[in-house]
Amino acid sequence: MKSFVGNTLSWECTNGVIELKLHREPCNEIGVATLEELERFVQALEREGKDVAALIVYSSLPAGFSAGADLRELYHRSQPLRAAERVAGVRDFLQRIHRVLNIIDAAPITTIAAVHGVTFGGGFELALVCDLIIADKMARFCFPELRLGLIPGFGGIPRLKRDLGNGAVRDLLLTGRSINAAKAQAIGIVSQVTAEGEALRAARATAAQILKFDRETAIVAKRFIKPIPHEDLQREIEIFCELFTRPAVEEGLKKFAESTDTMPYLP
Amino acid sequence: MQSLQEVTEEVLRLAASHFHVPREQLSPNDDFFKKLGIDSLQALDLLTRIENHFHIEFPDYELQGVSDFRTLAARIQARL
Repeated sequence: MKSFVGNTLSWECTNGVIELKLHREPCNEIGVATLEELERFVQALEREGKDVAALIVYSSLPAGFSAGADLRELYHRSQPLRAAERVAGVRDFLQRIHRVLNIIDAAPITTIAAVHGVTFGGGFELALVCDLIIADKMARFCFPELRLGLIPGFGGIPRLKRDLGNGAVRDLLLTGRSINAAKAQAIGIVSQVTAEGEALRAARATAAQILKFDRETAIVAKRFIKPIPHEDLQREIEIFCELFTRPAVEEGLKKFAESTDTMPYLP
Repeated sequence: MQSLQEVTEEVLRLAASHFHVPREQLSPNDDFFKKLGIDSLQALDLLTRIENHFHIEFPDYELQGVSDFRTLAARIQARL
């Protein structure tokens, strides 16, 4: 599979392992540019990825894996539009991002998210589509969407439901609090916790181990153990779009987008 | 159980070490956001270090209304 260097992400394939590096400053906020490059990635994966056995997704930015959806872009793009057009625009974006994430979720390769720092919202959802999350001890995970009057929209709730007990999902969703890597491992989100800065190294060692196994067996095992919750994913899009029409959401987005607060990540 | 003074001192030493500020420049009543000049990402970083150091869970919403080291230490002590 050929390498690619983009504006928001890049990838390189070596000996059956793709490393997908996220590098959109300041913290890999996921907007249209990232979506387009992720679409390019999954297209390349589907066309050229027959010799790929593993994928590692990581961030090269010190702030963290990803702070989630680009809320400023969402707000500014929505502003000139009428209400119905805003919802249509959001729906289109969600359907596209869901398509990309569903492909990665179901990909016939073992996928690993190597995370550090802020892994919030849509960034957390990107990590959750991977088969394994390896986090360094400074990683923090959060679904802050309720602070804006929304729910996670990139498939987070159905995937958490797939992986965790309902109590843990309620805690994350209804409090909007961030949890550290140790807690995330204790509740079953994270598979390995490493020293600070060591998540990518550990992911590479894990990928090297995975390469030893028969690929067809690994694909069958993954399909058996990891169903894609298609109905819930579609329902999540519908709920998100219904909530998005509420004035409270527009106010929340406006406040976030126009804020010069140095502390937007704290509740 | 550790006293509030002990916990406060540990918090001050953690903050000084992580943000490369001489310990003697920090005092319990200082506003840690202003004194350390930190943003929310750095505050979350400090929170994680506090959780790892004291082996506690500290929900980030508990930072609301907390701006000085002593009050932060009191909230930490409540979870020991």
